[in-house]
Amino acid sequence: MPRNHLFQIAGALLLSVGAHSFAASGVDVANSKISLAIRYEPPSLNTVKSSDRVSSFLLTHLMEGLTRYGTNNEIVPAAALRWRQRDRSVIFYLRKNAEWSDGKPVTAHDFVFAWQTLVDPATASKYAFIMQPVKNAAAIARGALAPQSLGVQALDDFTLKVELQAPTPYFVSMTAFPAFYPIRKDFYRERGARYAADAKDMLFNGPFELTEWVHGASLKLRKNPYYWNKKNIRIGAIDIPYITSDSVATLNLFKNNNIAFANDLAQESISDALQRGLPLRKFLDGCMYFYSLNFRAGRITRNKALRQALQSVYDATLVTNKIIAMPGAQPAVSLFPKFLRGKTRSLREEIPPQPKAIDLGRARRLLQQAKQELQIEQFPPLVLLTSDVPVAVKLAEYTQYLFKQALGLNIVIDKQTFKQRHVKSYNGEFDIASLSWCPDYNDPLTFADYFASWNENNRGKYSNPEYDNWVRVAQRSGDIDTRVQAFGQLQRIIAADAAMLPSYEASVLYVQHPHLKGMQRGIFGGDPSFYFAWLEQ
Amino acid sequence: MIRYAVQRIVFGLLTIWFVATATFAAMHMVPGDPLSNDRAMAPEMRENLMRQYGLDKPVLRQYGIYLGNMLRGDFGISYIEENRRVNDIIREHFPVSATLGVLAIFFATLGGILWGALTARYQQRWPDFVIMGLVILSISVPGFVVAAFAQLALVTINGWVGAELLPIAGWGTLRHMLVPALVLGLGTMAFLTRLMRSSLLEIAQADYITTAKAKGLSAARIFFVHQLRNACLPFLTVLGPAIATITTGGFVVELVFSIPGLGRYFVQAIQQLDYTVIMGTTVFYGSFLVLMVVLVDLLYGWVDPRIKLHAG
Repeated sequence: MPRNHLFQIAGALLLSVGAHSFAASGVDVANSKISLAIRYEPPSLNTVKSSDRVSSFLLTHLMEGLTRYGTNNEIVPAAALRWRQRDRSVIFYLRKNAEWSDGKPVTAHDFVFAWQTLVDPATASKYAFIMQPVKNAAAIARGALAPQSLGVQALDDFTLKVELQAPTPYFVSMTAFPAFYPIRKDFYRERGARYAADAKDMLFNGPFELTEWVHGASLKLRKNPYYWNKKNIRIGAIDIPYITSDSVATLNLFKNNNIAFANDLAQESISDALQRGLPLRKFLDGCMYFYSLNFRAGRITRNKALRQALQSVYDATLVTNKIIAMPGAQPAVSLFPKFLRGKTRSLREEIPPQPKAIDLGRARRLLQQAKQELQIEQFPPLVLLTSDVPVAVKLAEYTQYLFKQALGLNIVIDKQTFKQRHVKSYNGEFDIASLSWCPDYNDPLTFADYFASWNENNRGKYSNPEYDNWVRVAQRSGDIDTRVQAFGQLQRIIAADAAMLPSYEASVLYVQHPHLKGMQRGIFGGDPSFYFAWLEQ
Repeated sequence: MIRYAVQRIVFGLLTIWFVATATFAAMHMVPGDPLSNDRAMAPEMRENLMRQYGLDKPVLRQYGIYLGNMLRGDFGISYIEENRRVNDIIREHFPVSATLGVLAIFFATLGGILWGALTARYQQRWPDFVIMGLVILSISVPGFVVAAFAQLALVTINGWVGAELLPIAGWGTLRHMLVPALVLGLGTMAFLTRLMRSSLLEIAQADYITTAKAKGLSAARIFFVHQLRNACLPFLTVLGPAIATITTGGFVVELVFSIPGLGRYFVQAIQQLDYTVIMGTTVFYGSFLVLMVVLVDLLYGWVDPRIKLHAG
C-alpha cells in the first residue's frame, strides 16, 4: 500500500478518536439528564409480580401509589390528597387531577382492581402476603374467598375505603410500595400476558415514563407530561445504558464520568475511592445480619447453656469494626435494627436493649454445664452454614477461629451459593446459619414476627409460646404503648433464649456526582429516588 | 466426502442429545429450584406455582415434555424473567456474543500470525524474547484479571488525556467492541503465537523452502505463499475449539464491560436455577460447538489436499 495512504488512514483514525471530547455524560446539566447503571435486568415491571430492588427503583419513578416517601423519608400524599384513619379502616380521598399516560384519570377503581389482582391466587404472585393487613386477604390467597371480597372498595371515583383485618398503625406507609400501585383494568385485560413485558405494554401515572427498554441492555426514562406534579420534577431524563452486577466495573463507570451514581462499593474499592478523593457516602439500608441457631430435634444447639456460651464470647462490636470494617456499619445489638421508631423517639431509646457482656469465664462455665446436661465428653463439630460472598466467608472464618480459641469448639464451615444456602437453611441442614433479614414495611413487627413459631422464614424453628403471645399482642393491638411494650418483651426473650447472635447492620457505600443534588436514599419506597433531585454546576 | 459429512452430523446430533440429558440431570440433582429464594413461600402458594410451571410432574415426565418441545424448537419461557421466551433471549443476545467472539478471533488470528512471524524471523533475538515473555504472561493471567486491569487502564488513560478515547463499558459502536474483543482474544492470541512460531520454524527447515530459495524467489513470496499456508494447518485445529471457548467464555468480559451478551444469561441462569434458560443456552451452545468442530474438519480437507476425508 502506498505510504501516503497509510498516513492518511492513521490521521483519520486519530482525528476520529480525538474528536470525542469528554462529554460528561454521567450528568448533563444543560439537558437535565443523568445516566445510571443498574445491577441486573428487571425481572418484571408488573407491580403485582415484582418486588426486587431494581424493579422497585424503576417502578417508583414510573408509577405512583396513594402515598410516597417525602424529603425527610416521611409519608406524604401522592395519588391520595388526604386520608382518614380509624382503628380498622382507612378512607383515602384521591386527587382529581392525576392522569395515566394516555390522558385518562387515575381513579379509586384502579386501586381496587390492582389490589384484588395481587391477592388473586390465579395471579400466583409471590408477594401477595404484603396485602395481609387488608381484610380477607389471607382467606382469598388460600382460595377460600373470591378476590372481590377483599376489604377495599371504591365509594366513588375518587374515594377509596380500606378495611383492615386488625388495627394496623403502619398500613398507610405500606401504600407507598409498588405492590399497592394502581392498575388500569381495561389496559391490563387488553394486554393480557404481555402486560408490562415492554415499554409499550405499560401505562404510567408517575413522574417518568419508560420510552425505551432494550432487554438486558438499556432503559430510557423521560419526564411524564401527564404527571400532575410535573412542574416540580426537575430531572428531565434518566438514561440507563449499563447493566452490570460487577461493583468494580460500576465504580469505573463513575470514575470515567459515564454515570452519576455508583452504589454498593465493595470493601476492596474503598481505599482506592478515598485516595482519589471521590465523594464517598454511606447509607444504612435497614438490613440485619445475624447467626440463627437451630432448634430442631437432634441438634446440639437446642441446649440453652451452649447457646448462651456462644453468646457470651461473640462480640458484635468487634466483628463490625474489625471483620466487616465497612464505614458506617453498625453492630447489631438486638432483634431490632437502629432505624425503627417507637412512640416518639427511636425504638432503641424507648426499649433499650441489654446485650449480654462478653465474659469468657462465664462462657466456659456454661459450656461445662452444657456438657453435663448433654452427657458428653466432647462437643461434635458444629456446622456453620454461610454464603460464598467474600465478607460472609471472612466472618465465618473469624467465627470459626473465635469459637475454637475461646471455647475449644470445632466449627465446620459449609459455604454455599445463594439458592443452595437458602434451601439448606429451610431444610435445617445447619447448627449455626449466617442469615440476613431486610424489613418488608416500616414497623418493628417485620422483625418481631421473624421468630414466631408459625413463620416459615424462621429457619431455626425457634418456638416459644411466650414469644408467640407477645407477637400476637403486637399484631392485634392498635395502641402504640402496648405495642412498644410487646416489642420490649420480644427483644428480651430472644436475648435470654440466645436464639440468635446479632452481628451487624450493613452500611451501603456509594458515590454521587457533585452536580447531582437532592438524590434520596431510603429503606422503603424505591431506592434511590430522583423525585426531588436536580442538577446544578 | 458426503458420507463423511453425514456421519459427522449424526454424531453431532447424538452429542447434543447427550449434552441436553446430562444438563437436565445435573440441574435437577442440585438442591433448590427456580422458586427457592431468601424469602419463604406459603406452602399453598408454592404448590400453586409448581403446578403452573409443570414442576410438580415426575422428573422423567418433565424430561420427556422438555425433549418434545426442544425438537419443535421451543425452549419455553424463563422462570425468572417471566415475560421472555428463551428463544427470544437467545435470538437477541447471541448476536452480541457472536460479534464479540468474531472480533476476538480476528484479533487473535491477526496477532497470532504477526507476533508468531516476528518471533520466528527474529528467533533468539530481543523481539523473540519480549514477545514470548508477553505470551507466557497472557496465557497465565486469568481472564477476569486481564479484563479488570484493562478497564482500569482505560479509565486512567482517559483521565490523563482528558477525553474519552475509548468507552470503558457498554455496547453499540465499534469503539465499544475494541478493548473487550482484545481482552477476550488475548489468551488465544498468545497460544496462536506460540503455535505459529514453532510451525514456521519447522517449515523453514523443509526441503521445498530450500528449493524455493535456490530458485531465487523473494523472501516475501516464500513467506506468504509457501510458509504461511502450510503453517496454518495446526492453526486450524486449534481454531475450532478456540471459537467456541471465546464465544462461551465471554461471560467475564461481558460482566466487566457491561455487554448484553448471552454468556451473562448463561451463568445467571445457573445461579438462579432458571431451568428453561439453562437448558436452552446449554443446548444452543452445545450445538454451536458441534457445528464449529464439524466445519473445521471440513475446512481441513480443503486447505490440505493431502488429507482425504472419508468415513470410518
